[in-house]
Order: sequence, then structure tokens, then C-alpha cells
Amino acid sequence: MAIATTAGELEPTRILAPDGTVPDGYDPPLSTKELLDAYRLMLFSRRVDERAFSLQRQGRLGTFSPVSGQEASVVGSALALDPARDWVVPQYRELPAMLRQGYRLELFFLYLMGNPAGNRMPDGVNLLPIQISLATQLPHAVGLAWGLRHQGRDGVVCVYFGDGGSSEGDFHEACNLAGVRRAPVVFFLQNNRWAISTPVSKQTATASFAARAAGYGFPGELVDGNDLFAVYEATVRAVERARAGKGPTLIEARTYRMGPHNTADDPTRYVPPEELEAYRAFDPVARLRTYLHAAGVLDDAIEQQLRGEIEEEIRAALAAAEPQAGGRGEQLFDNVYADPPARLTQQRRALVDDDA
Amino acid sequence: MVEAIRATLAAEMERDERILLLGQDIGHNGGMFRATEGLQGRFGEDRVVDMPLAEGVIVGSAVGLACSGLRPIPEIQFLGFASQAFHQLEGQVARMRFRSQGRYPMPIVIRAPFGGNVRTPEMHSDAHEAKYANSPGLKVVMPATASDAKGLLTEAIRGEDPVLFCEPLRGYRLIRDEVPDEEHRVPFGRLRIVREGSDITLVAWSAAVVAAEQAAELAAEEGISCQVVDLRTLVPLDAEGLGEAVARTGRALVVHEAPLTAGFGAEVVATIVEQAFWSLTAPVLRVGAPDAPYPISSLEQLYVPSVDRALEGIRRVMAAA
Repeated sequence: MAIATTAGELEPTRILAPDGTVPDGYDPPLSTKELLDAYRLMLFSRRVDERAFSLQRQGRLGTFSPVSGQEASVVGSALALDPARDWVVPQYRELPAMLRQGYRLELFFLYLMGNPAGNRMPDGVNLLPIQISLATQLPHAVGLAWGLRHQGRDGVVCVYFGDGGSSEGDFHEACNLAGVRRAPVVFFLQNNRWAISTPVSKQTATASFAARAAGYGFPGELVDGNDLFAVYEATVRAVERARAGKGPTLIEARTYRMGPHNTADDPTRYVPPEELEAYRAFDPVARLRTYLHAAGVLDDAIEQQLRGEIEEEIRAALAAAEPQAGGRGEQLFDNVYADPPARLTQQRRALVDDDA
Repeated sequence: MVEAIRATLAAEMERDERILLLGQDIGHNGGMFRATEGLQGRFGEDRVVDMPLAEGVIVGSAVGLACSGLRPIPEIQFLGFASQAFHQLEGQVARMRFRSQGRYPMPIVIRAPFGGNVRTPEMHSDAHEAKYANSPGLKVVMPATASDAKGLLTEAIRGEDPVLFCEPLRGYRLIRDEVPDEEHRVPFGRLRIVREGSDITLVAWSAAVVAAEQAAELAAEEGISCQVVDLRTLVPLDAEGLGEAVARTGRALVVHEAPLTAGFGAEVVATIVEQAFWSLTAPVLRVGAPDAPYPISSLEQLYVPSVDRALEGIRRVMAAA
């Protein structure tokens, strides 16, 4: 079964087939170490999803949105960026991309434990905070890319959003401005086929989101989002274009959300079980694992070692975050303004400082 | 007033090269009201940027520009159209510092003209200030004089917080007063006593200050001594100064251009009650637009609070005592 397109017309670019094979003579543009790092980050993401899900059910973490099914899409695109100069503007389902930029799992857990300090990206890390209001981050990314270029910096901005978010007016306004200003931005649209319970067929009548790029005067690419190599190569092309001053690219990574929208969502109410089952054959983590085994990069011993390290990292991040769980009253007032109005200061005194 | 704004923008751009102006028709055309005339020629197309007709991305891209370390000053051609950027203003500009826990301050000044009696088409005149005053993280500044336009705009640009800077479009040319040549800063949150008086305190901001002053003149002929107060900034609000000003007369009337219900006048009255209840000798009243949408120009004289309606309000407060 091919991954179905919206209107069945366009097929995404694919290099790594669902059975883990690549075309004859294909040599991935990633070194053995990079391949293992990519696999490790995908596996890491999957394990964080699983652990976080059970922790959320135990009441130790708040609502979160798992990445499961989209790991190749998120990791493949992030690997094409240089964290020292390029920026990621996330939505909320891109943890591995954020981690690669320099965010820490401990902070993510902190955020999910209700401490807003977890959404402060560490100084020097080229990353905007998690964005809940869908598509509003797209104009930010364009402004950021434009601002970098205005200051003579050679950074490229990769902004993440989804099939649902692309219906917002901000998508249109951001793409239009990016085209006009030739902003060094990569619009990375993860088409995971579901916006909570709304299928992509009710989101758009177009056969391909990538085709929309033509309307803004820049190229669009449609790739198999469960194929690490196709995603990586497309993003490398887009980043090179942007860095060379040739402007934006829209990448549609066609993937599949294998889990719920978030921990408060019950997809069994609307996802046909046979569809979910069919997409299991397209699991991006398993696909890369099969390839790496065949390529002699990965074996069971390395896999065990990686899994052991990942469990330990997750455990350590949780242990570091849990003592700081929850918010402090001052955080209601800190950072609302640089120079707060007198009334807010009075409210702070009444609500927080008097108790101290 | 428009000259004061233009000169201030130029001086600040000269001082700080991180400042960028962005908006519709602000470049070659110099803005609908010439607020940016000549600035593109002087500072170049990279710093005075003509934008696509899309308020959302004018404001939204300013967020990203600020994240990159710049200090954008977007212009929204008319405040009524800022509703098409409300999600970026209220949800993004106002909250980014808070959301990012201080990592991304938003030193953005959004300039937007508004106000009635200039016979504009629909949506050009609406006084929407209360919507933004109820958006924590944002400051709302509404100068009523050319001198204050300079002083408050300078303060806004030098500050680290996002500011919605509302300019009275009728006052661009009609409001004329001495503007200091030297650097001039007016701190936020300090109201201005426009006129001393002992019987009643009139509270207004932006162009409504002019109507209040004229009503005070007429009231004086009837033997009523009006104190006139210009709030200058709604956020931060000078609650203490407001309380003191009302306590001096024991009576108050608020005059504003926005529809009455949930207009910022309601906030002013509540503040007066909190600060000066025991000094009041009469109910505090408001004069605003009716709770109807801003009308076509043939009806706006009736809609926008006039000097006569302000005077009638003064009489009502005085009669209640």
C-alpha cells in the first residue's frame, strides 16, 4: 500500500522504502556516526513518548503531544540544520528537533510538570518556545529569518507546522511575505493526516500541500515523511537554497500520526483501526532499523546499548525535573513586562509576596 | 502632531540602527498621513519597509524580527484593521516575553491611527483601545498633544515592552503645540492635568481630550469650573493620580470615543470608585459613543461624543449633586 495522497495524484519522493531497502547504488549522505545518531534520536523520541504517556497517566506529567510515527520527518529535517547558526521555530510536536538544537529533555519534563521555566530556551540555543496557537509561529519564523539576513547573519530558519495549521490565514500571510522578501526560511509541513479528529480530506481539496508553494513564488517539495533520507535530502536542498539567498521552500513531509493528538485525546473514536494497522508497516523507526541492520551499521548489541543509554537519560532528566515540578507564584508576574505597571506590582504583592 | 511623530521616528532611527519601520504604504508614499514621509529616502528600503497588505504578518513578522534582536515599529494603517492582527497582538506580541520566561523580550511599538469625524469609510475610525488594554503584556499609549506624541513615542521606543501607540488621526494636523527640540521623554503612567478646575474632573485621552477642553470652556461660561485630565497611557494607568484628581473636585465625567459598554471608561470609573469613593459627591458618569458599530460618515457627528454631549454630561453630573 502506498501512502495515499489527498486526491491520489501526486506521489512523494521516496528513497528508503518501507521494507528498509534503498535503490541500487544509493549511498546515504550521512556518515555511519550520523546515521547512528539519527537512529538514536528517533528511538529516543519514541521512548520519551512511551515513558511520558505512562507518566501522564500516573499524574506525574501534564498533557503532551507524542511524536510517534513522525520521527523521520522531525529528525531528518533537524539534521539538515546547523544548530550553531540555524534556527528552529517549533509548534509542539517536534521534541527531537528541539533537542538537537540544544534544548534539554529535563526542561521539557519541567514544562510538562507545570513549571513555565521549561519553556525558556537556554541562552544561545537557536530555538523559539513551544507554540500552542497553531500557525502563529509561521509569521514569526519569516520575521526571524528576515531579521537574521538584515543583520548579515547566514542562519536559516526551519519552521514546523501541520496539515491542520496550513488552513490558518497566518500560513498564507507568512508564505506570501517570505516569498516577497526571499526570507531564508524552510516551511516544514508535516502532513500527518489528522488534525485532532479532522482528516486531511476535510482540511483541503488540494492534492498536495507542497503544490501551494507555486502560488507564493517559491518551490515546494513533497517527500515521504517516514523516510529519513528523503526528508533529510529535501531539507538540505531547502537550507542550501535559503543560505544562498534564493529564498524559501515549502516541504510537505507526508507522514502519519500513529498516536493520539495528545494525551487527552482518544483516537479510537475516529481513526479507523484498519488504517492505523496499515500504517504500522510504514513505521519510520523500524524502517531505518531494518536498513541499518542490512547496512551493517546496527546490530542487536548496539541496539541494546543505545536503549540502555536512552533509558538512563530519560531517568536522569525526570529525576532532575521532579524536584522543580509545579509553578511558583512569582512566575505569574515575572516576565509579563520588563517594566510592570504599578497595578500589576500591587497585585503581585497581594497574591504572592505577602505570603512569602 | 504628525510632524512630531515623523521627527521622533527619524531621530530614533538615527540613534539606533536596530529600528525598522514596516507597514503598508509607508515607504515611497510616506504613509497615508505622511507620518513616515522622507524616511525611506533617508534610511533606505531595508529599514523603511513597504509590506504586503496583511496586518497579521505585519505584526507577526515583527515578533520574529524582535527575536532576531531588532526593534521593529510596525504601522497598522488604521486601528480598526488591527483586528486582523489581534491574534498576533494579544496572543503573541503581548505574551512572548512571558511565554519564553524572559528569553525573548518584545521591544515592538505598533503605531495605529484611529478616531472619528474625518469621514473615512467603515473600520477606519473605531476606538478599539479597550480590547488591547485587556491584553496583559501590552502597553497602550494614547497621546493627545504633539509634545506628548514625541515624549511618549520616544519612551515607547526606548522601552523593552511592546506598546500599542494609538494616534488620533483627526489630530495629526489639527493638534498643534510646542514640541521640545531637545530629547523629550514622557514617562508612562503619569496623567497630565490639562486644565485646573474645582467643580468636576473630566477624564479623557487622545482626541477626546480636545472635546473635553472645549466643553470645559463652555461650562466655565455657565459658572462650572472643570478640571481636565489626560490619561496619556491606559496601560499603565495612573490610578493614584486619577484618584487625587477626582478627590480635588468630588465629581467626575469620563469622555471617550469608543462605545460605552465595556469601553475603557468603565475601567476609569471603577478605578475612581476604588481610589476616591469617599470624596465623591455625585455619581460618576460617562459620555461615549452609543453601543452601535461605527456608522457611515453622514452619521458620525451624532455618534462620536461631541463637545455638546460632553457639556450635557457635565451638567448631568453637576445636577446630581
